[in-house]
Amino acid sequence: MLLRTALLAATVAAGFSGIASAQTIYPIDRAEILAGAKFDLKVEFPGAPAAGSVKVTIDGRDAAEVLGAKPVIVEKEDGGDLTAYWLRDVSVAKAGRVEVTATAGDKSKKVAWEVYGTPKGRVAKNVILFIGDGLSVAHRTAARIMSKGIVEGRYGGELAIDDMPAMALISTAGTDSIVTDSANAMSAYTTGHKSCVNALGVYCAKNKNTLDHPKVETIGDLLKRKTKMAVGVVTNSEIEDATPAGVVAHTRKRSDYNDIVKMFFDVKPDVIMGGGSPFFLAKTTPGSKRADDVDYIKKFEEAGYTFVSTKTEMNKAVADGKGKILGLYNTGNVDGALDLKYLKKGTVSKFPDQPDVVDETRAAIATLSKNPDGFFLMVESARIDKYSHSLDAERAIFDTIMLDNAVKVAKDFAAEKNDTLIIVVGDHTHGVTILGTYDDDRPGQTPREKLGTYADAAVPNYGPVDAEGYPTNIDVSKRMAFTFASYPDHCYNAKPYLDGEFVPAVAGATKGTYVENPKNCDRPGAVHVTGNLPFDANSGVHSGDDEVLTAIGPGSEMFRGHKPNTFVFRVMTTALGLAQ
Amino acid sequence: MVTGSDGRSETTVSRRWFTAAGLSLFWAAPSRAADPVILTFDRLYGSFGVRGLTFSDLVLGNLGRPVTLTGYMAPPLKAEASFFVLTREPMAICPFCQSDADWPVDIVVVRMRAETPLVSAGTRVTVTGTLEAGSKTDPDTGFVSQLRIVDADFRRAG
Repeated sequence: MLLRTALLAATVAAGFSGIASAQTIYPIDRAEILAGAKFDLKVEFPGAPAAGSVKVTIDGRDAAEVLGAKPVIVEKEDGGDLTAYWLRDVSVAKAGRVEVTATAGDKSKKVAWEVYGTPKGRVAKNVILFIGDGLSVAHRTAARIMSKGIVEGRYGGELAIDDMPAMALISTAGTDSIVTDSANAMSAYTTGHKSCVNALGVYCAKNKNTLDHPKVETIGDLLKRKTKMAVGVVTNSEIEDATPAGVVAHTRKRSDYNDIVKMFFDVKPDVIMGGGSPFFLAKTTPGSKRADDVDYIKKFEEAGYTFVSTKTEMNKAVADGKGKILGLYNTGNVDGALDLKYLKKGTVSKFPDQPDVVDETRAAIATLSKNPDGFFLMVESARIDKYSHSLDAERAIFDTIMLDNAVKVAKDFAAEKNDTLIIVVGDHTHGVTILGTYDDDRPGQTPREKLGTYADAAVPNYGPVDAEGYPTNIDVSKRMAFTFASYPDHCYNAKPYLDGEFVPAVAGATKGTYVENPKNCDRPGAVHVTGNLPFDANSGVHSGDDEVLTAIGPGSEMFRGHKPNTFVFRVMTTALGLAQ
Repeated sequence: MVTGSDGRSETTVSRRWFTAAGLSLFWAAPSRAADPVILTFDRLYGSFGVRGLTFSDLVLGNLGRPVTLTGYMAPPLKAEASFFVLTREPMAICPFCQSDADWPVDIVVVRMRAETPLVSAGTRVTVTGTLEAGSKTDPDTGFVSQLRIVDADFRRAG
């Protein structure tokens, strides 16, 4: 109690003594803003100066006047020691450098934005953005080894995701950290603004309510507001999860799933497919995770959507020529490729007729491409990331092959006419690498004894691949040592997890700590691995490495060298000529 | 039927009580009245689909009655250990778990009779208490649950 009082006193003193930090202006310095795209301009003045004493200008003129909006000034916003100045839902029409200055008394802060136009107009009819969640270089290499095979150092073929003319190295850092998450990462692609971990379509201001932070327009908002294009959002995660949500959502907290479903309804993408049905069910329905009585499946149906819950129903809706489809195929995430196609583990017994990402992509393109004004489609192979968190190499690699198959469907569609920009990119990376092979013919029992490096690694002997490029046998005597740089305490035996997704750690008796999952320690050859992460980590974590982007089609030539993740938005909106 | 100030809810409660009482006479007759009915995660639901779950007859027939259920203790959302989540499997991967949004659908919320030290999520526990169903939002955490065992105790399962 004493400590808290002392801290409070110190904070108050800081506010009054003028050593508080400077004003914070959102959008932040060096923001790149599409001309005509909407955003909230917010300035936070520390020390809660009187409303009459704060001033915000754009290139020397009153900001409210320049942007044609009425300012809202809130002293002690949310009870905090700040005065907030808001101009909501504004835009800058003309391309060029814009200087914003915020002044209160003798304190002043200046930021500059780059507003960019799209002077060439529209060069692409359609844009398809493929996100391999967590897709890192080793995932690509491992998928190529498994799917195409390798003989005398040469692969048996190219992956669809690799065989593209444009390529760039993409940095994923957020405003707050060199390592980011899927929410903030996707938000950079869908809004062109960098933000912070857990945020979607907002800057991370000091607001207490997660929905009150300064918003920036998403590509979903923008297309529905300014064009007649169709919009599709397709994933095998829960549809409310960060990546799909990034097309429509504005929240500081990615787990605001109830609100995110409402945001999907507000924006109304024409095709919505994934898992996560409990957030669409009224709370009176057992199995619901909603906190209210709204039945969103019914609301979407009333809005003209065909609701489908299996692959069969999905294909029928497409064959019947339905224009708006809501597909929810699982209560949680849709099962990954290894479980769907071979092992039948996970939730396949409960949901035996789930489409994979390839089926979803085919259905979405068939539906969206009927729109004469073109379409934007986001497709995510979500579980590359989820299985990399759980240190489950084979499942992560299978879902990379699944991404490749989905990209092939899109390339085949686009090949007919050169009017579709296709982008394939991760959203952040995992610390994954291919060390060599684990060889059961080597002496000993434990992973270290089985590991072959350099010449001893040779090549793995996965079973022959099926028509979709998946190896028909992964439980082979010589398999890739696809390893993870970050991990909690766990037991490991360097074998594929045929009984279901690996669960490396479970919660310990001490709150906020995780310990090795004892189930794994009885596997033959298993060794205890001491975690290298903080004790509150229950799985592997993202890394701050750059990622590789590949692209094909009109507009893709903009990708070259090294770019920030926000550049993906710039390329997509430039190809579609979305500036005023 | 009793009609109180809110006739409808009184009627509903009374009907449920009669249903429960009737079923308990039928099912529990051979055993002593105090013996809890043994539930398993496999027998909680009659159907399990995208459009929602239906509780099994076993659950519906034992609402308000003592039950036991064995599963894994997941970390609670609040510091005090009077409230935890019982899961079918040890808590799965959930790198950004921040709310009930991220939990599996078939969880059971357990409200303890008294605060009790927790055990590791890798340890199976058997919970005994009174079965309660229907959507409920915890006023402190906002945690939404559909199935609960209240006034409960737990012990380590074999």
